[in-house]
Formats: sequence, C-alpha cells, structure tokens
Amino acid sequence: MNKNKLFRNLFIILVYIFLFLPIIILILYSFNDSKMNIIFTHFTLRWYQELIHNQELLNAFSNTLIIAITSTAISTVIGTISAVGLFKYKFPGKNLINGLIYIPIVIPEIVLGISLLSVYTLSKLELGIGTILLSHIAFSIPYVITSVRSTLNPMTSQIEEAAYDLGASKLKTFWYVTLPMIFPGVVSGAALAFTLSLDDVVISYFTAGPGSNTLPLKIYSMIKTGITPDVNALSSIILLITIVVLTVATIYQTKTIQKREMAK
Amino acid sequence: MLEVKNLKKSFGDKKVLKGIDLTINRGDIIGIIGPSGCGKSTFLRCLNLLEKPDSGEVILEGDNLVDNKDLERIRRKIGMVFQQFNLFENMTVLDNITLAPTLLKVMKKGKAEKEADKLLDKVDLKDKKNNYPEELSGGQKQRVAIARSLMMKPEIMLFDEPTSALDPEMIGEVTNLMRQLAKEGMTMVIVSHEINFIKNFCTRVVFMSDGVIQEEGTSEDIFMNPKNSKLKNFLSKINNI
Ligand SMILES: Nc1ncnc2c1ncn2[C@@H]1O[C@H](COP(=O)(O)OP(=O)(O)OP(=O)(O)O)[C@@H](O)[C@H]1O
Ligand SMILES: [Mg+2]
Repeated sequence: MNKNKLFRNLFIILVYIFLFLPIIILILYSFNDSKMNIIFTHFTLRWYQELIHNQELLNAFSNTLIIAITSTAISTVIGTISAVGLFKYKFPGKNLINGLIYIPIVIPEIVLGISLLSVYTLSKLELGIGTILLSHIAFSIPYVITSVRSTLNPMTSQIEEAAYDLGASKLKTFWYVTLPMIFPGVVSGAALAFTLSLDDVVISYFTAGPGSNTLPLKIYSMIKTGITPDVNALSSIILLITIVVLTVATIYQTKTIQKREMAK
Repeated sequence: MLEVKNLKKSFGDKKVLKGIDLTINRGDIIGIIGPSGCGKSTFLRCLNLLEKPDSGEVILEGDNLVDNKDLERIRRKIGMVFQQFNLFENMTVLDNITLAPTLLKVMKKGKAEKEADKLLDKVDLKDKKNNYPEELSGGQKQRVAIARSLMMKPEIMLFDEPTSALDPEMIGEVTNLMRQLAKEGMTMVIVSHEINFIKNFCTRVVFMSDGVIQEEGTSEDIFMNPKNSKLKNFLSKINNI
C-alpha cells in the first residue's frame, strides 16, 4: 500500500520534471552571463538588453505575431461559418466534404507545405508574408471546423427554432443565440489555430519567400550558426505572455462559474 | 383567425401531410390527437413555418404565411411551446424572457424588464429570475418557456407535447398555467398524449391519422360518439392501457 503510494508520487514527479525541466533551464539560461548554454556563470539581464537591439529577431517576432493574429481571426470566422453550414444544411456531397475536412489534419505537414508551394508557384503568387498567411489560414480552418462542430448538436437547432418562432431573423438568431451556444468551441478552435500558427516551421519554410522570416524559421536557421542567449530571453518573454494569458483565462472561467453558483 | 387550406408536406418521398384543412377561431382551444408519427408535430410546425409546406396556405388574419416576405413579423403573433423547452441555456431566466422583445425593438429594456416581472409573477417564478435554465426543474423550465412566448403578446399559441418531458408531479403546474391562459381568452392549439387533459380542456378536438384529419368535433363528439373507424380503434387502444 505505502509502497504503491511512493511509486505513484515518484512517477508523477518524474513526469513533471520531464515536462518542465527544459523550460526551467531555458529561463535560467536567459539570465546566464556565459554565451554558452552549458555552465551557469553569473546572473545578468544582458540578453534582454541585447534583444531590444536585435532588429532581425524582433522583426521575425512581429511577423510571427501579425501572421498568427490575422490567420487566427480569418480562419476562425471561416471555420465557424463552415461548421455551422455543414451542420445545418443538406446538400449533395455533404458526407464527402465532411470527410475531406480531416485530410489537411492527418496528412504530413511536409506534403501540405509542398502542395501549397506548388499552388503558389502555379498561380504566380509572390512568396512572402502573404503566402505564409494564406497557408496558415488554410491549415487552421479544419481545426476550427472540428472544434466548433463538437459543440453543435440537435438541441442547438431546436433552440434556434425557439428564436425563429419569437420572430428573430436568421442573422439575429445566429448572432445572439447560436454563437453564444457554440462559443466555447469557437474559442478553443481559435486558440488551437493561434498556437499552431505561432510555432509552425515546416509549412512556413516551404511558403516563405526570400527575406520574409518568422520567429520559428529564424530560430531554426540559427541552429546552424549557434543559438544566441537572446533567443532564450525572447522565449522566456513569450512564455511569460502565455502564462499571463492562461491565468487570466482561467480566472475568468472560474469567475463565471462562481457567478453561476452564486445565482443558485 | 387562422385558416389552413389544403396543406401538404413530404419528407423525401414520404408523404406526411396529405391535404389538411382547418379553421381556428379566436378563443378556440384545439386539441390534436393521433397515433405516433402521423404528422401532428409536422402540422404544428407548418403553422409557424418552422417547416415549409410543399403546398397549401396558412392564413393568419388575412396574411398568407407561406412565401411571405414579412414572415418574421407575423411569427411574433404565434407563440410556440416545445416539448424540450428550448430555453437559451447560457442566459438567465430574465434574459431568456427579455431577449426577443428588446432585440426586435418591441419594447425598451426597462419596459421589457417590468413586463417580465409581471409575467414571472404570473407563472410563479419571480424568485428564479436570475437563475440559469439548468438550475430549474422541468416544470419550471416549461413555465419560463411559456412566459417567454407571452412576452411577444401572441395572438395564438401552439403547444407540442408541452408535458411529455416532465415528471408526472410537474404536469399539473404546466396544465394549470394553460388553463389560466385559456380563461384569459388565449387561442391555443395543443398536441398532447395526455388524453384526459385534451378531453377535459379542449373546446374542439382533431383526430389525425395517415396524413389527413379523420374526424373533428367537440370533445364530446370525439370521445363519446366517435364515428371514424380509425378513431374508434385509436381510442380503444388508449382505453386498454
Ligand atoms: N425533418 C424530418 N425529416 C424526415 N422525416 C421527418 C422529419 N420530421 C418528421 N419526419 C417524419 O414524418 C413523420 C411524422 O412526424 P411527426 O413528428 O410530425 O409525427 P408526430 O405525429 O408528431 O409523432 P409523435 O406523436 O411521435 O410526436 C414521421 O414518420 C417522421 O419520421
Ligand atoms: Mg410529435
């Protein structure tokens, strides 16, 4: 019995170390005075200062953010509308389309990257931020559709009928009744799209033009020349932002749940 | 006030309604009975165009609802109460009731809330105003749904098995509310399997089977002196339970 407990705790601790040790090391080394990520010499904020002057890295970071935010916004709108349309309407070939949606999710990224590249070359689109953005929108849409679809069920349509009966138009019903119901799916779809875009390397690699650079591409190319500690600093900042956003989201969620509990 | 003329509706090649004619006068309380799957719900849903008829007319106070551009405005005059309540789950009871009138600019927010208070008092749910539907019992949910319909001041109310999803001890609170509405002169069309409720409550009863109205008449005609053989058969089955 006690032995079991011991093993269980040990196991949990090991899993956590496995998950978090790399992240902790990264944060530690962002404050390390040595240029090498091997031994910790002194505490310093030097890399954070250097980061502010590393125009290339900051440019790549702002490109990444712009692409992630724009592609998330566009793919969430298109994906949500598609999911609702696919759920509601009957049309020939519906099952086929429903099945095809999974293909971009399951095929290897590298294949998707190559096919997107050939489309852009064939249609003589100039490679750059624009094509990266298009590609990110394309691979995000299926994720949004799948996420939103999971919140749609026969009850959703029945509740919409109540709104129609009260005299609401289709548009008003969608905006005030359907959207609030499926909102959790929309949010998780958007979050998925955002994270996928933020750290995408493979597809961006194929569809980026000369001179256009995203942060993951930049870091990837630095592997050859050696990663400088200011990348650690930047990563730590991104991590901090992520943690803050997550905390705010969690607090918001528990608050709304508490509010509901209070109403009882 | 509501006239249905030669209403037909099929799903694929399955003919569900094969030509229904019915005239409903102000103050009528019409009960629709019939075997399961005979098209009662479909008929009711055609009355407010939730289901689009293949042919025929649905005329409410002179306006034909079929292919009417003004359908949304006319629908406000028809209140529908569903078996599964269909409340807006992510809104409080008060928001459920005030959403439609404020959104459709029938009332200002303040007026709508006052009106909602009155109605919640009427359906005896004043203390549940700020609760969410998931915190209510079935009977309470259905009373909220009725209050939500009443907010739009409907001329006629359609009930599709309003008590079928309720525990037996809650049926009374909903039927009592319906009785109260009837006293106030509301015109109602009710589909229900609660045969005794239909028998005692409705001024006219319609028996549907095989996509047509087989017989219609007063409650007495239908239950005491049935003429149609299918109706006789239907009633004998019910009485055997
Ligand atoms: N959207 C639909 N698509 C296809 N068939 C349908 C649809 N709605 C109803 N039907 C069919 O039409 C017939 C009539 O259905 P309806 O729901 O009107 O019957 P009902 O009399 O209300 O039955 P119940 O007493 O069980 O509620 C049934 O055979 C049903 O399967
Ligand atoms: Mg039915």
